[in-house]
Amino acid sequence: MNNGFTRKASAILTYGFVGLMAFLSVFPFIWMLLGATNSSIDIIKGKILPGSALATNVSAFFTQVNAPLVFWNSAKIAILATVFTLAVSSLAGYGFEMFRSRHRDRIYSALLLTMMIPFAALMIPLFIMMGKAGLINTHFAVVLPTIGSAFIVFYFRQCTKAFPSELRDAAKVDGLKEWQIFLYIYVPVMRSTYAAAFIIVFMTAWNNYLWPLIVLQSNETKTITLVISSLASAYYPDYGVVMVGTILATLPTLAVFFFMQRQFVQGMLGSVK
Amino acid sequence: MALARRGGIGRYYNVNGWLFVAPALGLIALFMVYPILWSLWMSFQSGRGMMLKFAGFANIVRLWNDPVFIKALTNTMTYFVVQVPIMILLALILASLLNNPKLVGRGFFRTAIFLPCVTSLVAYSVLFKGMFALDGIVNSTLEAIGIIASPIPWLTHPFWAKVLVILAITWRWTGYNMIFYLAAMQNIDKSIYEVARIDGVPAWARFTHITIPLLKPVILFTTVISTIGTIQLFDEVYNLTEGKGGPSNATLTLSLYIYNLTFRFMPNFGYAATVSYVIVVLVALLACLQFFAARERDR
Repeated sequence: MNNGFTRKASAILTYGFVGLMAFLSVFPFIWMLLGATNSSIDIIKGKILPGSALATNVSAFFTQVNAPLVFWNSAKIAILATVFTLAVSSLAGYGFEMFRSRHRDRIYSALLLTMMIPFAALMIPLFIMMGKAGLINTHFAVVLPTIGSAFIVFYFRQCTKAFPSELRDAAKVDGLKEWQIFLYIYVPVMRSTYAAAFIIVFMTAWNNYLWPLIVLQSNETKTITLVISSLASAYYPDYGVVMVGTILATLPTLAVFFFMQRQFVQGMLGSVK
Repeated sequence: MALARRGGIGRYYNVNGWLFVAPALGLIALFMVYPILWSLWMSFQSGRGMMLKFAGFANIVRLWNDPVFIKALTNTMTYFVVQVPIMILLALILASLLNNPKLVGRGFFRTAIFLPCVTSLVAYSVLFKGMFALDGIVNSTLEAIGIIASPIPWLTHPFWAKVLVILAITWRWTGYNMIFYLAAMQNIDKSIYEVARIDGVPAWARFTHITIPLLKPVILFTTVISTIGTIQLFDEVYNLTEGKGGPSNATLTLSLYIYNLTFRFMPNFGYAATVSYVIVVLVALLACLQFFAARERDR
């Protein structure tokens, strides 16, 4: 059927196309790394060789930005959001799956509908609520509305279907209370589910932009994402400094990706199981 | 279930069931259900800041006569009508090429193409803004190859700014969609392809007549989530193009317009809430579309 020539041609075409796409996907990362070593003018002029401005850029970044504080703000928000979301959502996912009742099943269906609510329609009421509660410009206000997440509840419920009920029955025979079964048996058994959910929530919280942009108004509370955005939107942005910032902001999520690649992809796919 | 509904043990189960789900339900009720109902109420009010008065349908009438709203709506529609099909097709082609076990280095290619998903929307927007600067790397490369004679004003020309936003979103999300297709392809029986190949069905026909029909549910799912994401587009346009909405509002989206109405101009919460309900209605329509398409499939 296929003679050698067309087979070779299609192989070249395939590798050429896939290779080009892979290159285009990775190039901005390379450009970001190279950019950190060049002066702003060289970056804007499209220089793609490593330069000698790395030290200048790094020190400029650390003088313009209170980096430890900014990273602490981002980390605090991401960690608080992750811990609370995982706790609340896994309890709910377990509850909806283990204790079935007609009422709760109906409520669950309604809960899934809230996944469709666009954030744009929430931000004005949420902003007024936070204002009334005196929480504007606090990290608490950033985290609080993100904890109740129908999507993560859904994710935990789907995964709970695979939780062996014999374990629960055995624990009951041993006289464990419901909360003990959850804490001592369910949580350790579902480690990989927690890992995947951790990645989704941590990434979302670390990268969150619109809501923190609205709520966090002073420099002392701003996150790294907000800082990069304001550095880059200056009238004459110093791109060398911006590159250092984007590298530092991307490192945590990049690290999570490379160390937990399997769970990462699993988490992303969670919704179609 | 039958046991649970009767007397003592049923009560016990019920209390526990409610206790486990209560925190999540409470938070979602307070921070999602209550605000969405509140903004519905607000959309029938008008006034400055918190001084709102009932205004009936005045805000909806105002929508029709607001050229900036029409522009934001048109832009938003343009983004998903143009961008979503391009991205889905590209992701499908890449997935079917990378699904071939004989392809050397496919693990590397997969990781590379998935890598953009790791970046934050702000970080990649900022990177793209630098790469597409007037004398930037993209223009100078295109000029060097001879594709263009003079630099393209990506950031300042209304048309090219839109193209840039579409290119950027495609870069960020193609790998994400590809992962869904690769996972779904694991469930396709390999022998179907073998039989087709032995019968002399060419590669392109195998793609259009086997892969696409079998992946229809996933394609539908990713199309809907991509469209919903595009309708809510904010971070990219806010950080990528000049003037928080692009040259003469060429890249303005609905979400960005709501932000401008609320936090940049003299705040009019009522009108902004009305614009936000346009997004709610668009998303709801899409969700219904998916629901009916899924039911059609199950028949």
